[in-house]
Amino acid sequence: MNPVYYLYLAALLFTIGAAGVLIRRNAIVVFMCIELMLNACNLAFVTFSRMHGNLDGQIIAFFTMVVAAAEVVVGLAIIVSIFRTRHTASVDDASLMKL
Amino acid sequence: MSPVASVHSLWTVAAGAPGKIPAPHIEYAELSPTLIVLGAAVIGILIEALVPRRHRYYSQLLLSLVALAAAFAAVIGLAAGGFGSSKAHIAAMGAVAVDGPALFLQGTILLVSLIAVFTFAERRLEPAAHGEGASPARTKGRAWGRVDSFAAQPAAVPGSAAEQAAVKAGFTTTEVFPILLFAVGGMLIFPAASDLLTLFIALEVFSLPLYLLCALARRQRLLSQEAAVKYFLLGAFSSAFLLFGVALLYGYAGTVTYAGIAEVVSDGAKQIDPALAGTMGNDALLLIGAALVLMGLLFKVGAVPFHMWTPDVYQGAPTPVTGFMAAATKVAAFGALLRLLYVVLPGLRWDWRPVMWGVAILTMLGGAIVAITQTDIKRLLAYSSIAHAGFLLAGVVATSEDGVSSVLFYLGAYSFVTLGAFAVVTLVRDAGGEATALSKWAGLGRRSPLVAAVFAVFLLAFAGIPLTSGFAGKFAVFKAAAQSGAGWLVVVGVLSSAIAAFFYIRVIVLMFFNEPKADGPTVAVPSPLTTTAIAIGVTATLVLGLAPQYFLDLAGQASVFVR
Repeated sequence: MNPVYYLYLAALLFTIGAAGVLIRRNAIVVFMCIELMLNACNLAFVTFSRMHGNLDGQIIAFFTMVVAAAEVVVGLAIIVSIFRTRHTASVDDASLMKL
Repeated sequence: MSPVASVHSLWTVAAGAPGKIPAPHIEYAELSPTLIVLGAAVIGILIEALVPRRHRYYSQLLLSLVALAAAFAAVIGLAAGGFGSSKAHIAAMGAVAVDGPALFLQGTILLVSLIAVFTFAERRLEPAAHGEGASPARTKGRAWGRVDSFAAQPAAVPGSAAEQAAVKAGFTTTEVFPILLFAVGGMLIFPAASDLLTLFIALEVFSLPLYLLCALARRQRLLSQEAAVKYFLLGAFSSAFLLFGVALLYGYAGTVTYAGIAEVVSDGAKQIDPALAGTMGNDALLLIGAALVLMGLLFKVGAVPFHMWTPDVYQGAPTPVTGFMAAATKVAAFGALLRLLYVVLPGLRWDWRPVMWGVAILTMLGGAIVAITQTDIKRLLAYSSIAHAGFLLAGVVATSEDGVSSVLFYLGAYSFVTLGAFAVVTLVRDAGGEATALSKWAGLGRRSPLVAAVFAVFLLAFAGIPLTSGFAGKFAVFKAAAQSGAGWLVVVGVLSSAIAAFFYIRVIVLMFFNEPKADGPTVAVPSPLTTTAIAIGVTATLVLGLAPQYFLDLAGQASVFVR
């Protein structure tokens, strides 16, 4: 199977994630969309690794997973703390500071 | 790792005898600044776990100061050993560059962080009995009984009984010191990163601690948490874009090292295996990938289409953190931006120069114009930092050695001014904590002439008035830009400097020529920590303004990137 299809899939997943970040209001869902974007990057890395025949891309995919896990730790801590304060995780409600 | 002749050999080779994996060769001495800081951060975490609460503050403070000073000494030692010029090379198997710009920026970041630690450790500004119940007898005369500008217990819900209990018990968040050190460690790698994977990891290593630090304010915790959420979501969003850009550049070049990509960019796919020619050297991958990576970096820099987080985060974060973030992040991010544009993408400069021109113009004008309408001193400084990012970008697009050296000098000058300015902001207080509303600053010069005068020096440096470091920096940057043929950019830059000067001068007029209000803020008397921080800021501002030549020469010697 032509590996380029996987690249199209990666681009599609990345776009879905980016659109989700811009459209959804719940901070948790926004954060899940960001994770989707990171995983789309992983798919692209692994596909390119297969196409180029070197292992750099696969190694980067592992690093990306570790970074994504670390981001979950920090991100959920922040989101949960704001949820406990305001009883909502809507990013639209977080608007104490305006232009 | 070089491209393997046959794609499938990777999957079939495993059937044979497993080959020995050679251990990587790491030059520990040359990476020592980063290693010292990260090691100290790990020790700091252990201190949190093992040392009794009342000893933590002093041990963390001592550890952070010693580690940063030792790392700075290591940078000086490396520079004196010729690693900034003749012996410059790429260490750690092609991952980290040890060269002039890297050492210069690492030195700047370490000095800035050292001063930031002073402002983090300040414990005389908050009243000792912040909160209702802390008994003055118990806390009297003991530094650990006093509190700093970080939340008593960040996990406690603001206004809850748990928070009040934590305040009453006199808890403090001494974790801020190791978190700061982790951020500094990432920032040290960021401008030295010599492949895209290291760039991404360094970005995350310094971003994640900063997201946390933003959420830790003692007062106005709702604002602080909101700033952290905004910073985190937008920061993660932008680093996802950066990562996809890295993926596309990897697809384009088949490698993530800067030198490898630069080679493919300038030579095209000539010497490359014909079987791979279809995917390698594909210009669409290169252009989109480079644009996405640049986007991620411009977000960290705070350049205009990607600046929306800056004012909110600067306003909501605890002020010492804001100062640290504004100064050190900018240094690190501009270092990475310079290296990317000058080492990886010089072959593409006819494509990126017009775009960066546009970004620079938008950033300078946007920051300066929107700053005029601000009514909060921290937001005002945030927009001013956006305008300064624009001035720095004008030096970046010069694509010459002068461009690099002028940006290095500007970064050094700007970061000390910023830290000093935010340190002054922590001093002006009323019952609700820091009085950041500009209207409350009216007449400050009548009440506390010294503090107001110091702040005026910083504002004049921001505005680029001669005899301050701001003027020397702006002059160097605009000169480099003009010499590279970017005349119109310089005209726009001078114009927006004039606009920016208006609101800096307005604050000075407000402080000195308005009557103080009856219910105005008081100026707290800081401990020697913040005093030292402000004094260093003023000294650096004046020295770099009166005698910039030595430092300009230093930046000039440090302006050659190693490939």
